[in-house]
Amino acid sequence: MQAKAKATKTSNLIPGATGDWEVVIGMEVHAQVASQSKLFSGSSTAFGAEPNSHVSLVDAAMPGMLPVINSECIAQAVRTGLGLKAAVNLRSVFDRKNYFYPDLPQGYQISQYKQPIVGEGEIEIDVDGEAMRVGIERLHLEQDAGKSIHDQHPDYSYVDLNRSGVALMEIVSKPDLRSSKQAQAYVTKLRTILRYLGTCDGDMEKGNLRADVNVSVRKPGDGLGTRCEIKNVNSIRFIGQAVEVEARRQIDILEDGGKIDQETRLFDPGKGETRSMRSKEEAHDYRYFPDPDLLPLEMTQQYVDDLKQHLPELPDEKRARFMKDYGLTAYDAGVLIAERERADFFEAVAKGRDGKTAANWVINELLGRLNKDGHDIGDSPLSAKQLGGLVDLIATNVISGKIAKDLFEILWTDGGDPAEIVDARGMKQVTDTGAIEKAIDEIIAANPDKVEQAKAKPSMLGWFVGQVMKSSGGKANPAAVNEILKKKLGIA
Amino acid sequence: MTDLTKLTLAEARDGLAKKTFSATDLTRAHLDAIEAANSALNAFVLPTPDHALAQAAESDRRIAKGEARPLEGLPLGHKDLFCTKGIRTTACSRILDDFKPPYESTVGQNLWDAGAVMLGKLNNDEFAMGSSNETSAFGPVISPWRRNGKDGNPSTDKLVPGGSSGGSSAAVSAGLCLAATATDTGGSIRQPAALTGTVGIKPTYGRCSRWGIVAFASSLDQAGPIAKTVRDAAMMLKVMASHDAKDTTSVDAPVPDYEAALTKGVKGLRVGVPKEYRVPGMSKEIEDLWQKGIDWLKAQGATIHEISLPHTKYALPAYYIVAPAECSSNLARYDGVRYGLRVPGKDVTDTYENTRAAGFGKEVRRRILIGTYVLSAGYYDAYYLKAQKVRTLIKRDFDLAWDKVDVVLTPTTPSPAFAFGEKSGDPIAMYLEDIFTVTVNMAGLPGISVPGGLSSEGTPLGLQLIAKPFDEETLFRAGQAIETAAGRFDAGAAWWTGAAGARSQQAGAKAGKSGGKS
Repeated sequence: MQAKAKATKTSNLIPGATGDWEVVIGMEVHAQVASQSKLFSGSSTAFGAEPNSHVSLVDAAMPGMLPVINSECIAQAVRTGLGLKAAVNLRSVFDRKNYFYPDLPQGYQISQYKQPIVGEGEIEIDVDGEAMRVGIERLHLEQDAGKSIHDQHPDYSYVDLNRSGVALMEIVSKPDLRSSKQAQAYVTKLRTILRYLGTCDGDMEKGNLRADVNVSVRKPGDGLGTRCEIKNVNSIRFIGQAVEVEARRQIDILEDGGKIDQETRLFDPGKGETRSMRSKEEAHDYRYFPDPDLLPLEMTQQYVDDLKQHLPELPDEKRARFMKDYGLTAYDAGVLIAERERADFFEAVAKGRDGKTAANWVINELLGRLNKDGHDIGDSPLSAKQLGGLVDLIATNVISGKIAKDLFEILWTDGGDPAEIVDARGMKQVTDTGAIEKAIDEIIAANPDKVEQAKAKPSMLGWFVGQVMKSSGGKANPAAVNEILKKKLGIA
Repeated sequence: MTDLTKLTLAEARDGLAKKTFSATDLTRAHLDAIEAANSALNAFVLPTPDHALAQAAESDRRIAKGEARPLEGLPLGHKDLFCTKGIRTTACSRILDDFKPPYESTVGQNLWDAGAVMLGKLNNDEFAMGSSNETSAFGPVISPWRRNGKDGNPSTDKLVPGGSSGGSSAAVSAGLCLAATATDTGGSIRQPAALTGTVGIKPTYGRCSRWGIVAFASSLDQAGPIAKTVRDAAMMLKVMASHDAKDTTSVDAPVPDYEAALTKGVKGLRVGVPKEYRVPGMSKEIEDLWQKGIDWLKAQGATIHEISLPHTKYALPAYYIVAPAECSSNLARYDGVRYGLRVPGKDVTDTYENTRAAGFGKEVRRRILIGTYVLSAGYYDAYYLKAQKVRTLIKRDFDLAWDKVDVVLTPTTPSPAFAFGEKSGDPIAMYLEDIFTVTVNMAGLPGISVPGGLSSEGTPLGLQLIAKPFDEETLFRAGQAIETAAGRFDAGAAWWTGAAGARSQQAGAKAGKSGGKS
C-alpha cells in the first residue's frame, strides 16, 4: 500500500466535494496481428475488400471444417511478448469462448483463457518528464469476429465475415495507471512498441488497435473500487476523455451516497459521456473449454531465442543510444523515437554529422512543418539526404542558420540539391572580414549613441549583430560579425 | 452369373482384376439391391446411381488400361456424416436441410482417389448421436437380421442395426454395398458392426483425418470402415487413413499394409482379459461368447492374461460429460444464418430459437443441454474438468496394461440387437449400450469388432479387440484369428426385398424418439 500511495502524485488526484479521489485504470488492448493470413485459415487479412471476399470454408464455419494455426501469428505474438519484456509460455492452450452472434460463425471464438502464450511483462512510460513502469498481466491470441451491418436493409442485418478469424493480440495491463494522461501515454507507448516490432500496424482508425478501459475510483489509500469496463475506445484522445468522464461519473455517484454497478459501458465521444451497455447480471456465461480441434501449442526455447535474436532495436534502447551516441536530451531523443520511421530519418540525417544539429533540424523544422501541413515522416517532401546536405552547409559555414531556414523553405517547396541551390541563388554567407568590417564601420558611424550605450551594457551587442545581418541580407557569418563587433566596440 | 452382392470386397477386387465382371456390372448389381431393399431397410438416405455409374465407367476404363487403383471399381456406401462435394449432406438432421457442401471430406477423397465408387449416402443417427439409428431425421434403419420366431420362422419384430452407423452396418450386412464408411465417437462403428454380424474398426484417434466430417465430439470422433470381413476392413482402412495438414490432430505416421498383417497369426500374442468388463448383470451368452474368443485365440497360440483396468466404471459417465460438452459447442454453428434450415423469428434470438428447435431432434437437443450445463460457470470443475481427469486415468490404465499384454479382448456390447422402441424411451438404457466401447474412444485407442457368434435369439454378437495407439495391425491379426475360428454370419434369406417395404415404413413412423451414443 505504501508503494501504491507513493506512486500517486497529488497532481493526479481528482478533487471532489468530499475530498480528493484517485482513479485506477487497467487496459485491455486489442491489437490486430500484422500477418498475411488469418489465425486459423489461409484467407487474406487485407483491409477494405468487398464484403465476404476474404472468407474461407473455415472462416464461415462450414460443417466439418477445422482450424489450423498460422505459425506467423504465433511468431508475432512471441515477438510482441519479448518486446514487452514478458515471460513467453512455451506451452499455451486455445480455448473456445461460446456465445451466439451472427457475425460469429462458429458460435464460439477461439481464444486463450487459462494458459495464454505470453505472461507478465512491463512497459516504461514517460508522463510529464517522469518515467514509470506499467505492469503487463498477459497477452493472448484470439480470433476477431466478423461485422454486422444494420443500415443496409429495413428488415435485415447483413454480415461481413472478412474480419472473421483475423488474429488479435489481447494485451492486458495491470491496474497500474492513475490518470488519463498515464492511460494515454501507456497506449501510445504500447502502439510504438508494436509498430517497432512490426507485429501490429497500430492503425486505430481502421480499428486495428482498440482499447477496453477499466476504470474505478477510490479515496487515496483505500482498496480498489468497483470497476466499469469501457469497451472499444478507438483513439488516444477518446481514451483520455473516456477516463475523465467515467471517473467523474463514478465520483459523483459515490459522493451522492450511491454505489457503482460493475458493468460494461460505451463511450460516446459526441455527447462526451459513457453509457451502460450491459450489467454484470446480463454478462454472458462463455463456457470456456479447451478447443478439442487444436492440440496445446508447444514451442521450444530455441524457437523463442531465435526470434529474440532477430528482434529489432526497441524504443527504450534506441532512446538510450540516441542520448549516448548523439548527445541528445531525453526529451529530444523521446520525440525522435516515438515513431520508428522518424528515428530512422533522424539517423540518416545524423550519420557522420553533428547529432544535436541534426536533431534540432528534424524536430524543430521538419516535424513542425510536417505537422502543420498534415504530412507524415513517410511522405515528407524533404528527404533525409536533402536535410543532411543542409546541415553540412551549416557545419562548413557555407550558410548561416538563418539562411538555412530559407534554404529549408526552398527545398520543401521546390526540392533540389541544397549545395546547388545555395550556389545558384547566391546564398553563401559572407566570411570576407573586409566586407563585414566595412558594414560594421558604417553602422558604428551612423549610431554613436548606441555605441556609447553598448560600452555600458554589453548585451546591446545583439542589436549591432542584427543590424549587420540585415545590411548583409543575412549572409554575413554571425561568428565573424560577433568577433569583429566586440573588438570594435571594445567589449571583452 | 453369381450374385455380385454376395462377394466380399477382396473377392470383388479379384473378380475385377480377372475381368470376370466389370465395375459397371458390380455397381449395377448393388444399385439394384439398394432399390429393392431401401424401402424396407431405409439404409440409404440418398442413393446416387448416376454418380456411381459414372465412377464405375471411369473404373472400367482404367482397368482396361491396366491402371487400376487399390479400390478400383468397388462400390461403397458413404455415411451421411461425411461431406460430399455437390451432393446433399445432412448428418441426418433437419437442420442441414438440403445442404450441398462445396468440398469433399479427406477420407472420402482418399477413397475416390483410390478408385472406389460411391453408391449413395447412408443413414445414421442424427449428428451420430444414438446407438440404434432411431434418431435420424430420415427415420430409423431396419436391421436385415431377425430373431428366431416361436414357430421356427424368423420373428417379424423389427430389430435395430445399432448406431450411429446403422445405415452402414445394415447396408453391408444386407449386401447393399461391399463395404461402408462409418464414424465412431463412443462405439458408433463397433456396436452396429456387432449387432449386424459385420466387422467394424475404429482406428487410433488421429489415424484418419476428421476434415470434412460433420463434427460431433472432436476429441473422440474417428472415421473407420464397416465391412464384411477383417480383410475387407483392412483394405478399407489402408485407403481411408492418412495424415492431413488440414486436421492438426491427424498424425503424421506411415500407414502400414494392413492386409499383410492378416497372415501373421497370433502365436505368442499376449491377450489381456480385463476383469472390470465382467459387469453386473452381464448375460450368460455374452460371457460364453467372451470365453469362446479366449479359447480361439489360445488355441491359435496366444497367451491369455487377466488384467485390471480399474477406472473402467467411470468411463461411461465421463464420456457422457465430455461428448455432450463438445457437441454443445460444435453444433453452435447451426444457427440458420449461413446455410441449412432457417425458421425466421421476430429478431435474431427468436430466429436462433425457432431454427434450432425445429432443426434438432430430441436426442441432439438433450445432449446440447447436458453439454451446456456441464460447461457452465460453477459446474465446469465438478463435471468437465473431473471427466477430463477420469479420461487421463483411463489412458493410464491402458498404458500400464500394455506392459503386460499386446491386445485386449472384450465383448463389444452387453446384449444382442434389440427391437425398436425397447430402449428409446430410456436414455440411460440406451447409453449403457456403449459401456464396452467408450473407454476406447476416451483413451484414443484403436478397437475392432469382429463377429463371434449368434445369440440364443439367432442374432449376431461381436467380440472387441483393443490395441496400443497406431497398432491397428495387431487388431487385424487377432481379428483374423477370431474370424477364422468363428466363421462369418449371414442375415439369411432376403426378406427385405420387394413387398416387405410397406411394413417397414410403419416401423419408421412409430420410432425415432431418442437414442444413445454415437
